Amino acid sequence: MSFEPKIVAFFCNWCTYTAADLAGTSRMQYAPNARIIRVMCSGRVDPQFVLQAFREGADGVLIGGCHPGDCHYQEGNYKALRRYHLLAAMLEQLGIERERLRLEWIAASEGEKVKRVIDEMTEQLKKLGPLNWHRELEPAGSSRSPATGSERPEAKEAE
Amino acid sequence: MAKPKVAFYWCGSCGGCEEAAVDLAEDFLKLAEQVELVFWPIALDFKKSDVEALPERAITAAFINGSIRLSEHQEMAELLRSKSQYLIAYGSCSHLGGIPGLANLWDDEAIIDYIYRQAPSVDNPHGALPQSHLELDGKELELPEFWEAVKALDQAVEVDYYVPGCPPTAPVTKRAFQTLLSGELPPKGTVLGAGTRALCHECPLNETKPEKLSIKRIKRVHQVIPDPNLCLLAQGILCLGPATREGCGAQCIRAHMPCTGCFGPLDHVRDFGAKGIAALASLIDYNSEEELIKVLREVPDPVGTFYRYSLPTSLLRRKRLTKEGR
Repeated sequence: MSFEPKIVAFFCNWCTYTAADLAGTSRMQYAPNARIIRVMCSGRVDPQFVLQAFREGADGVLIGGCHPGDCHYQEGNYKALRRYHLLAAMLEQLGIERERLRLEWIAASEGEKVKRVIDEMTEQLKKLGPLNWHRELEPAGSSRSPATGSERPEAKEAE
Repeated sequence: MAKPKVAFYWCGSCGGCEEAAVDLAEDFLKLAEQVELVFWPIALDFKKSDVEALPERAITAAFINGSIRLSEHQEMAELLRSKSQYLIAYGSCSHLGGIPGLANLWDDEAIIDYIYRQAPSVDNPHGALPQSHLELDGKELELPEFWEAVKALDQAVEVDYYVPGCPPTAPVTKRAFQTLLSGELPPKGTVLGAGTRALCHECPLNETKPEKLSIKRIKRVHQVIPDPNLCLLAQGILCLGPATREGCGAQCIRAHMPCTGCFGPLDHVRDFGAKGIAALASLIDYNSEEELIKVLREVPDPVGTFYRYSLPTSLLRRKRLTKEGR
């Protein structure tokens, strides 16, 4: 069976999510690999959300926001851009390739771009292969102690 | 009534937390009047067998500092857990993984290989490597096993409370003891001795922080002489105060050094580094994406900067384990 990457996509309510809606109502065909989560603004995407997605088995994370200058909240997308670059640099240090985290500006009218970006990212992730972070944390068959022990209590609560 | 029994122990740590207990100075004597010390290898001549001889839960509170890296650490943590009513992770390593936790950017094999083979100062012609078992002249020798990653205490055994800091300051330690001795115990998992707000709230430079912080360059401490009367972030110095728990009295900032985050995240934050990134990156003032990337390159080691004390308890916990990555 070929590898089907899992993409967690955080789309802003005002532009990219509307564009994804448009792609749907226009009956565009695109890769079914993205799990879209609607957020009010790309600036709402806490770096914790991205890390959590990778930790729980996402192969890629896509953040979609309004084009520069178009943010419904004036500058949320600029905040997303700043965090994205620093987070991507940190993820690279931890062995997560740049291609696995992508930030795209997609306006409400750009249904076509939603299709193109998700298709492209799915292809790229297929080439990179699975990330499998949730399994990396518990190496199977290791005679040594596993990398991780019991969950932290607060982590359990949130899950 | 018998005095509550207290134990101190260190796992993978530098010894600074032990120093911190000594830093209580005369107050330590007052404390020693209120409690009975039953185990503290660095200061008192008790042995592991003395702890083993105690009944289950005989120790009221055991303070463990240091991360868990060796099988020995796990064994001692489990022993103290079974003998104690309250197990307290004391200091950053035990609380969050600490500076030793940055070893999770490599795995055990890479570390052993570098230390015993590759490091320029190594003189090891026979390529001897540490072994956990060895038979020599008919005798069996044993050393603790070196595990493949560093853990915080609560990833090894159940922990009741945390005392933050690298090391916890004397007032933090005193407050933690007061809480424990008061009999009015907070919910399990509480961080003792510190506050619940960000460090900025108790920072003496907070009032000099401009209404809207925006920085054009990120400066590192060796590159500038800071103005002692202006918020360090306003000067472009990477200070993690906004993401870090208060309680230390802003000691570093009073010494003109930025906060590096040793008190760890605030309640309900799951990943300290993510919050540090969010807090710092949002301040950068830029005209073009290229300029932004250039400014962010001034943080040459994001993991070491934002997870200095917390990589093992971060959401990702470690660098990805791939053969190529070694």
